[in-house]
Amino acid sequence: MWRFIGFRVLQSIPVLLVVITVTFFLVRIAPGGPFSSEKAVIPEVKAALEAKYRLNLPMFEQYTAYLGDLAQGDLGPSFKYPGRTVNELIAAGFPVTAELGFYALLVAISIGGIAGVIAALRPNTAQDYIPMSVAMIGICVPSLLMGPILILVFGIYLEWLPVSGWGDMPGDKILPAITLGSTYAAYIARLSRAGMLEVMSQDYIRTARAKGLPEWRVVTGHALRGGMIPVVAFLGPAFAGLLSGSFVVETIFQIPGLGRFYVQAAFNRDYTMILGATVFLATLIVVFNLLSDILAAWMNPRLRSQYGDR
Amino acid sequence: MNTTTITDIAQAEQGTSLWRDAWLRLRRNRLAVFGLAVLLLFVIIAILTPWIAPYGYAQQQLAIGATPPSAAHWLGTDIYGRDLLTQIMYGGRISLAVGFIATAVALLIGITWGAVAGYVGGKVDAVMMRLVDILYALPFMIFIVLLMVVFGRNMLLLFLAIGAVEWLTMARIMRSQVQSLRQQEFVEAAISLGLSPTTIIFRHLVPNALGPIIVYTTLTIPSVMLLEAFLSFLGLGVQPPQTSWGLLISYGAETMEEYPWLLLYPGLALILTLFSLNFLGDGLRDALDVRSAKD
Repeated sequence: MWRFIGFRVLQSIPVLLVVITVTFFLVRIAPGGPFSSEKAVIPEVKAALEAKYRLNLPMFEQYTAYLGDLAQGDLGPSFKYPGRTVNELIAAGFPVTAELGFYALLVAISIGGIAGVIAALRPNTAQDYIPMSVAMIGICVPSLLMGPILILVFGIYLEWLPVSGWGDMPGDKILPAITLGSTYAAYIARLSRAGMLEVMSQDYIRTARAKGLPEWRVVTGHALRGGMIPVVAFLGPAFAGLLSGSFVVETIFQIPGLGRFYVQAAFNRDYTMILGATVFLATLIVVFNLLSDILAAWMNPRLRSQYGDR
Repeated sequence: MNTTTITDIAQAEQGTSLWRDAWLRLRRNRLAVFGLAVLLLFVIIAILTPWIAPYGYAQQQLAIGATPPSAAHWLGTDIYGRDLLTQIMYGGRISLAVGFIATAVALLIGITWGAVAGYVGGKVDAVMMRLVDILYALPFMIFIVLLMVVFGRNMLLLFLAIGAVEWLTMARIMRSQVQSLRQQEFVEAAISLGLSPTTIIFRHLVPNALGPIIVYTTLTIPSVMLLEAFLSFLGLGVQPPQTSWGLLISYGAETMEEYPWLLLYPGLALILTLFSLNFLGDGLRDALDVRSAKD
């Protein structure tokens, strides 16, 4: 197990380095420097600004200096908001995004997992078809459509829930969480159904039944652990999807999270913010992929040895 | 038929070919046939749009403004008095084009990459597939947003960027196919005939791996179209004066309280297409008996 973890951790390092390097140089070769849109600045002021942001150095030195700062956790100043650092902006936005992502994941795992298990218990009956048809809808209705539809129905027509904001009014976190979680609930429903179907036909389940366990104990005590492995392995990619999905959901519901900051930074050409946020998000995604892989391996020793061989 | 001739036998063999068999199985899957029909319809409409669109693309009637669906404007008009059906038809051209072209880019890279890795094997294979592993772990959505910011919102770049992201799974599928195929006699025969590796890969290996390729292609198109809608919704994809379903949805969402049809119909067009592609993809997977590419 430790060898497997060590192997996967080592594999993540080049990924992170690629992300940082590619992002850094992409942002640096971007046409239209960060100050080009501003009206003409006095040369001394411009020089001072460039020195402050290290734009006067050769590109490679900028890169090594950035890596040095990064190693100390310093993402540099924001180009657009004078006096604020990228670290501050991320610190302001990320807790909101994390909370949204957590609720969305909760929605996805609970609804998707239960629907998938229920469907797998009686395959090819109405109990299977109905949840799986709903899951198909969840996959085909993207969040950029789900959000406006939910707002229209529950916010405007029924007036049950607030349609924007985060933590300002009771219940304003419900619609964003459902919007962001629905697609993943659908995928998890399909994955857990497939996983459970595979497990339920195995010998050890027959043994559990043969020794007289009630069906619910067979399912919860024996089948779930094996049946949920595909779901756990999916959590890493799902996490990455939730983070980028938050770009859309935070825009729709006007939530002051990292996703909205990122999109705004993209429009403002706030290069240091884009660079810093990309590095930050990429690191998070890589770490979560790692955790999800380790968890899946812990649940399934066969997978572990398979990874070790590669 | 009493006297069996050689042509009859040939016909009989044709009658039970793998593809015909798959087609028969697919035809029995009503949802997949429905998906195929809707898709064909949408593609034909998209191709014919410049001739059959009820109004001109840029034609505005500011005097009438946003009107609900009526006899003159089947799906209503937007705030500038533009016919929504016309907008959706032109938007569909872009959305479908992104879906097909970006998927074609992904196919080309993925098939070549996977086939070369699988065929050459050894150290080359190890390096190529390790690279795929590393790329898999990259947060691509964020990278595409970054690309669109850095290089401006250019359609060609959008095709390339999305295509460059989606080729990874295709490469893996192709590699495993080639690895199992290259042990077979017909490949040995091709090698002993002195054919070049390029010929062997594209004339002999790729056609034999067509089943998984088709299935995966059908399932890649919807994810590509979603990506385009996602970017356009954020304002980072297709730019006015051009339009796409994603862009129409984002406009519709802004004014949905007063003019819900502006959100509803572009949304329906996108959903219907995604449904069709997913049903068709699932149906083809069953018909061609391909094990799920995503598991």
